[in-house]
Amino acid sequence: MAHAHPGHRRASRWPALAGLVGELLLTGGLVVLLFVVYELFVTDLLNEGKQSDLSQQLHAQWDESTGTPGTTPRADLTGGAFAVLYIPRLGLDYQRVVLDGTSEKQLSQGPGHYEGTALPGEPGNVGLAGHRVGKGSPFLDLDQLRPGDPIVVETVDSWFVYRVLGDVATGDLTADPSGIPGQQIVRPTDVQVLSPTPNGPENAAPTGSYLTLTTCHPRFSARQRLVIHARLDGAAIAKTAEPDGPPALSER
Amino acid sequence: MYGWIWRHLPGGTASRALISMVLVLGVCALLLFVVFPWVEPQLPFNAVTVGG
Repeated sequence: MAHAHPGHRRASRWPALAGLVGELLLTGGLVVLLFVVYELFVTDLLNEGKQSDLSQQLHAQWDESTGTPGTTPRADLTGGAFAVLYIPRLGLDYQRVVLDGTSEKQLSQGPGHYEGTALPGEPGNVGLAGHRVGKGSPFLDLDQLRPGDPIVVETVDSWFVYRVLGDVATGDLTADPSGIPGQQIVRPTDVQVLSPTPNGPENAAPTGSYLTLTTCHPRFSARQRLVIHARLDGAAIAKTAEPDGPPALSER
Repeated sequence: MYGWIWRHLPGGTASRALISMVLVLGVCALLLFVVFPWVEPQLPFNAVTVGG
């Protein structure tokens, strides 16, 4: 291709140079392709291992736990795993171990809990962030959630069933009687989605127990955030009463 | 570039092919397990939080 003809070896170095540039461009393209493969498949594989390790550790830790029922002591949250998230709409086998904190260290392992937001079951707003693409893509399909869909959180001793806001009858995510939408797309700076009452004042007393999920939007971009709001449905369900979880776990 | 590397590998075609394969795999492993994990946090689509 770019080899100089024997008789014209001194004529010009341009063909060789062009060949070199071509090879470098091709190599660059292959590296980018490999990166896509890495993002879409390899990080998922690595994350699967991390999640299963975390799940084992968390359950071992829970088995040994002798804390006061109904509470997750904040002191126990040191960037580690503390809850399991179930979203039956995204698959009956959908479960992700949730870690405390939203730095890349936590988010590369699973959904992360915004520090300073409520803990599961508490009045206020439980804020969780998760990757949309790669790292197990925990929040890839959040846009498929419909009003009334259960989002179940398992802690050391309880189950909490949150339900996506909106009008269940019409499926309209924006028509919740509370005025809080079940789904919204916001700018990355819109922190009020995490307020004790979502979209309310930052320091006001909460009007209920909410759960807010955030991820990037559109996919592969960081231009906006996709946000899902849900409200606690009923009280905490003790694990001693429902060892296998509430019926909402198999609702689709 | 690849031609130059090929010509500088020792042995015949079989040995060169084998060494090339090892080199390609080595470069892939270096990219997947060292370079990409380092590059990745700086990319935009990893931003999933609000406010931060």
